[in-house]
Amino acid sequence: MEHRWGMAIDLDRCTGCEACVVACHAENNLPISTPEQAAQGRTTHWIRIDRYYEGEFPDIKVRYMPVLCQHCDNAPCEPVCPTYATYHNQEGLNVQVYNRCVGTFYCANNCPYTVRYFNWFAPEWPEPLALQHNPDVAVRPAGVMEKCTFCIQRIKRAKQDSAAEARPLADGDVQPACVQSCPAEAMVFGDLNDPASKVSRLAQDGRATRLLEELGTKPKVFYLRKG
Amino acid sequence: MPSAPELLPYQRIREDLFRPLSRVSGRYLLATLIAFIVGAGGLAAWGLQLRRGMGVTGLQRPVFWGIYIVDFVFWIGISHAGTLISAILRLTGAAWRKPVTRAAEAITVFALMIGGMFPIIHLGRAWLFYWLLPYPNSRLLWPNFRSPLLWDLTAIVTYVTGSIIYLYLPLIPDLAQLAEHNTPWRKRLYRTLSLGWTGSDREWHALERAMKLMACIILAVAVSVHTVVAWDFAMALAPMWHSTIFGPYFVTGAIFSGIAALVLAMVIIRKVLGLEAYLTRHHFDRLAKLLLLMSLLWFYFTIAENLTVWYGNEPKEMAVFGARTRAHYAPYFWIMMFLNFVVPFVLLGIRRLRTITGATVASVSVLVGMWLERFVIVVPTLANPRLPAASSFYTPTWVEAAITAATFAAMAMLYMIFAKLFPIIAVWEFKPHPQEEE
Repeated sequence: MEHRWGMAIDLDRCTGCEACVVACHAENNLPISTPEQAAQGRTTHWIRIDRYYEGEFPDIKVRYMPVLCQHCDNAPCEPVCPTYATYHNQEGLNVQVYNRCVGTFYCANNCPYTVRYFNWFAPEWPEPLALQHNPDVAVRPAGVMEKCTFCIQRIKRAKQDSAAEARPLADGDVQPACVQSCPAEAMVFGDLNDPASKVSRLAQDGRATRLLEELGTKPKVFYLRKG
Repeated sequence: MPSAPELLPYQRIREDLFRPLSRVSGRYLLATLIAFIVGAGGLAAWGLQLRRGMGVTGLQRPVFWGIYIVDFVFWIGISHAGTLISAILRLTGAAWRKPVTRAAEAITVFALMIGGMFPIIHLGRAWLFYWLLPYPNSRLLWPNFRSPLLWDLTAIVTYVTGSIIYLYLPLIPDLAQLAEHNTPWRKRLYRTLSLGWTGSDREWHALERAMKLMACIILAVAVSVHTVVAWDFAMALAPMWHSTIFGPYFVTGAIFSGIAALVLAMVIIRKVLGLEAYLTRHHFDRLAKLLLLMSLLWFYFTIAENLTVWYGNEPKEMAVFGARTRAHYAPYFWIMMFLNFVVPFVLLGIRRLRTITGATVASVSVLVGMWLERFVIVVPTLANPRLPAASSFYTPTWVEAAITAATFAAMAMLYMIFAKLFPIIAVWEFKPHPQEEE
């Protein structure tokens, strides 16, 4: 395994601005939902900001937590898929093959992080959003499951670029859309196989923790607790 | 007992049981028409779902499994009426089973056909359902056998095949009798289906052996099928699904609802076909006792399942437990407890109330209660996932309701057609032994 992609998210820096959510929508051709669909729980956000409230209004404190696919090393969604639509690739990514998906929903039920999203209808974009699709990313049909890919298209692009320039892939060459757009620089992406990479060092940080780690899913997203 | 059907003259039994096949009443046509309309409504709803997408249902993140899965478990549960009851009674040589077995075996086959449709109806891309069949594709790649859904499909396909054979074998002697005097097209149908049965000693012995063997096999298959259905849930990492007790708990619930379905079907057959002399109080009394036993067993499992969760007090499990017993889904839970335990316990436990009417009321109560039981198991768990920020509620839409209603209509229609083509009580079982005849 040449690379093992992972992410670190500093909760102390996250302001809950949702720039990452918007960036992900633009990068990955996510369908836009209407207010009614949103109220029904039919939104598709590969990265979402979970809000937890402490205290009573007006003495209220909100804590934000960006939640995306944790790309578990031991992913519960993978063995339950009857058609191998979700599987582990050689770089530790938890990959979703849309063409194989028949929509049993089992992966979504077995995901403890609830980060899998379903195409309830054929996706629609109001004008002019329909004109800004990313050509590197497939548009998913109705009836299939989808989720965060760690912007696999950007990983591929970075590899091609470094190969063309005949140099090894450097730390920071790959930036998923959410990481790139975070104004507080709360998110870091990189290769966990490279002990010198920024994400590897943050993963060793005393504040580093993983979501629902007790389930043994071995997630590859590290959250840095509030200091 | 003086009213036992075994004591009636064989000639009269034959006439009584073959008579319903040759008459089609206005009421029968009306019932078929209603069933057809409800069934067509369900098909139209499914058509809409296929055209527009799964969004026409009430499903949403995180409740990805709704009442289609509830219906699936419910119908597979009903299918345990036939195989288990008829196979157990056949193997233990209970003489009173004779007028009961075929009615039960037919329920099994039809309930399985209907139940087996639901995993397909529930697929996001239903037209690709064959990708799930345990059969390699053109590149010789098998589907993923680590997925409990594959175990499920394998088990159900085996069960359907087995139960059709199990229904068919004891039909053969009756079919041969029916082929003797009949209208031309029926003659041809029965003759083909009777596989050239002549009634020789060798054939009887072979049939006897085959039925015994099938009874043993079908028992094992039936237990495994509902265990695997339970494992669809128990193998998942979700709170209150990930339970070791689910296999036997589901099998118990399946037999429980299966007996209720059988009692209800027998009451209807008895009334409509005028078979009071064949399905007597005696039969209902025995089945009512079996239903009471299963109710107690079900209650025991339910207590074992919920008490351990409550005492353990683990937060993620308690969120589901709370939703079930105190919050949004509490009405479903407590109505379920009332219908599945209190009603049968009172009506069937007190001897004076254990009449045919009492058994009928208890059976309807159990059928509704067991449908609710599956709802209480499937939905609150999904609505309260491990990350509380993602929790939600689920309300089914009219599309799901229409398809559910259509399956009940389909069951009624299949059963009515079956009862018009084949005697619903096995006639040959009453045939006196050759030695006795002389």
